[in-house]
Amino acid sequence: MAVFEGWWPYVFIAIAGWLATDLWRWLGVLAGNRLRDDSEVLNWVRAVATALVAAVIAKLILYPTGVLEHSPLWLRLGSIAAGVTAFFIGRQKPAVGIATAIAVLAIGLYALGF
Amino acid sequence: MDDGQAIGSGRTWFLAGMRGIFSLPALMLMLSFVGFCAFTAQAGIPVEQTVFMVGAVWALPAKVILVSSMLSGANLLAAFIAVTLSSIRLMPMVAALVPEIRTGKTPTWLLLFLSHFVAITAWVFAMERVRTVPREHRVTFFAGFGITLVVANMLLVAAVYQYVTEFPPIVAGCLFFLTPVYFLASIWSSARHPVIYLALISGLVAGPFFYWLAPEFDILLAGVGGGTLAWLTERQWRKRGEGRHGSV
Repeated sequence: MAVFEGWWPYVFIAIAGWLATDLWRWLGVLAGNRLRDDSEVLNWVRAVATALVAAVIAKLILYPTGVLEHSPLWLRLGSIAAGVTAFFIGRQKPAVGIATAIAVLAIGLYALGF
Repeated sequence: MDDGQAIGSGRTWFLAGMRGIFSLPALMLMLSFVGFCAFTAQAGIPVEQTVFMVGAVWALPAKVILVSSMLSGANLLAAFIAVTLSSIRLMPMVAALVPEIRTGKTPTWLLLFLSHFVAITAWVFAMERVRTVPREHRVTFFAGFGITLVVANMLLVAAVYQYVTEFPPIVAGCLFFLTPVYFLASIWSSARHPVIYLALISGLVAGPFFYWLAPEFDILLAGVGGGTLAWLTERQWRKRGEGRHGSV
């Protein structure tokens, strides 16, 4: 594919990838520099940042790309539910929840003939 | 003054940050990068460009959108806008991290440079671990972790690129799923403020809702809307609690 040859892809990545993301990181530094670490504004910023990440998480689960695009939604949600259950039973150890969710997903994919 | 000691202990904390590469978050991210590498290899993006992208963009969701734009033949401006919109979340993430790690003496240029190493994993890791690091060494600690994580993933992608297309589908699927599952578990278990739990739940619900309502701006709307709702709710609870204590 012509688009991936020569120096142009690097310029493309630098502008549409590097600059497009670092712009926000720099603005974040300038904004964060003005926040005291016990202020109410920072509490709001924390909530917004967490909710943004949570929305990305939900999208990855509900609308995945690649192999999982063809997997049934109930399997993905079931894996998450199993992982969440194990996480709380296992005294909120991340590894317990993660391992359970991935194991359920792997078994489900195998059973479905992936 | 105690400059020698400060340099010595600075190195110690940089190394402590570097050792974060052997943590669960770093492992999860590296597995996710193997998955991303498979995605770019299948898309036909050469290994040099993939490695450059890992170092230059760093944030994984932004890279996925960038690759999708390159594949669909989008022009530079359209790709720039798509990635810019998807990356707004980096601003509040960095803004929440900076007050946790800087001291009165931390130069702004250093924070601007180090902010490049912020993406979801480094952010979750840093927000979780920095409280165990003395404040004057937090920037150094984050630098050690962030820089090591980026370099390690650039090397990893370069090393596995030629093998990833041969992965069985189950492995590829599980690698992809690791990212959301890991983010969920680590944000919940590392939350130090009650508002984080509420924001996590409201963001999970608001994400799909706004994707249905306004797919181009879903993440942004879910973050600002869900986050503000979580903050208002938590503040209400807190005030009620304080009111009760105050009246006693």
